[in-house]
Amino acid sequence: MRESQSTVTSMAASLFAENTRSVRAISDEDIAITVEDLNLFYGDTQALKSINMTIPAGRVTAFIGPSGCGKSTLLRCFNRMNDLVDACRITGRINLHGEDIYARGTDVAELRRRIGMVFQKPNPFPKTVYENVAYGLRLQGVSDRRVLDEVVERSLKSVALWNEVKDRLNSNAFGLSGGQQQRLVIARAIAIEPEVILLDEPTSALDPISTAKIEELVSELKEKYTIMIVTHNMQQAARVSDYTAYMYLGKLIEFDDTINVFTNPSEKATEDYITGRHG
Amino acid sequence: MKKGDISQHISSQFNAELQNLYGHVTTMGALVQGQIANAVEALANGNVALGESVITSDHHINSMEVRVDDDIAQIIARRQPAATDLRFIIAMAKTTTDLERMGDEAERIGHMAVRMGPSGGEQSRRFVEISRLGRNVQKQVSDALQALDSLDTQLAARVVREDESVDRDFESLLRELITHMMEDPRTIPRVLNIMWAARSLERIGDRARNICEYVIYIVKGKDVRHTSLEDLEREANGTS
Repeated sequence: MRESQSTVTSMAASLFAENTRSVRAISDEDIAITVEDLNLFYGDTQALKSINMTIPAGRVTAFIGPSGCGKSTLLRCFNRMNDLVDACRITGRINLHGEDIYARGTDVAELRRRIGMVFQKPNPFPKTVYENVAYGLRLQGVSDRRVLDEVVERSLKSVALWNEVKDRLNSNAFGLSGGQQQRLVIARAIAIEPEVILLDEPTSALDPISTAKIEELVSELKEKYTIMIVTHNMQQAARVSDYTAYMYLGKLIEFDDTINVFTNPSEKATEDYITGRHG
Repeated sequence: MKKGDISQHISSQFNAELQNLYGHVTTMGALVQGQIANAVEALANGNVALGESVITSDHHINSMEVRVDDDIAQIIARRQPAATDLRFIIAMAKTTTDLERMGDEAERIGHMAVRMGPSGGEQSRRFVEISRLGRNVQKQVSDALQALDSLDTQLAARVVREDESVDRDFESLLRELITHMMEDPRTIPRVLNIMWAARSLERIGDRARNICEYVIYIVKGKDVRHTSLEDLEREANGTS
């Protein structure tokens, strides 16, 4: 009797420990990226206004907000995709493990290897499935077939695509379904072992089943990578992310544990947005 | 969150669904309140017919519970509510359960009134404390429903505080009843009926208190169950 009582007590204690862990504080996390007073201008228009935040390593951080709030613009800052936009000017700092990625002399190609990106519309290259995944390594000068085979297989397995494509590795990637193409693109991104993966509305062109597979994949990939995802689908942010950032008119309004944001946000603007109220 | 916030959604259909749910829960609250009033009246005045009507009316409350649960399942399925909407819906689900149980307690008091028969009134009047308990619990229920209706956290906190005095009333009634039974064991069967009725009233008070805790949860986003009265009042009266 006494034994069963102590079992109950210890079960209750472990449940309680889990509960207290369910809401995390960003300050307790290992930090992958810090953003310091980041401003971005397209010509005279300011698209990002004094963004300060820290992105926890090995976690999924979601960015939500209405169209034009700057969430995709911010995501593109992390691997300097905005460099390609004329008249785009950036002030402030983004530090990846302490190094300013906008510092003079930064190797942008190397930066983009460390911070991979996946877009809304799957964008496989007009090559075979195999060559799509091997592309990044070939670019780095790897040509050993054995190494390539191994990386292609491992990457396709980690996006749960291997079983579906292993018999047609040499077929054109355009023959895959949209959902398969998107997972292929993610396999291509992780083949070169990045530290961070940026996902810009990765499922908005996909059906619910393919979406569920990508979301499942995100949960698995966060074991190894820091993931940032921009999504219009708030339930998706609630499902996949550990932390959620709400942006509005170029500003970061609220950034907190996802559970807090979706049950008890501290800002009224966040509340209005996620509950679909007139702000 | 204020009461008007429920209908601030871009989707007018969602507003209507939430208003509808709120309407059903407050109607259920009014029904329960009526049942408690009738049950206490039947007990205090030995009104057997009224006691019987309390017993036969309980099924209205039960069907309201089913209806509200159905409203809630539909809203969750269609809307995936978040933040205050989510808290509001969780609170409505729990409030309904408490209201239904309050209805069951009223029914139980109705049974006691019937069992004690027409002379029951005299017996229960002999115990001044039970009418006092009945009055206080009814006030508590009506305040709790008012707090729910107006999402008034300060009123909710006052009801929680009052629950302590209801509990004290119950304790002193128990002492009175026990003394009575010891003095004259022939009264035991009848006094036990009063005791069960008092126990039901005390439970109704506890459930009114639960509803007030949900009101604070809806408005403030803090779960104040199983916290000290001081912490609860701090949350309820805080400005955040």
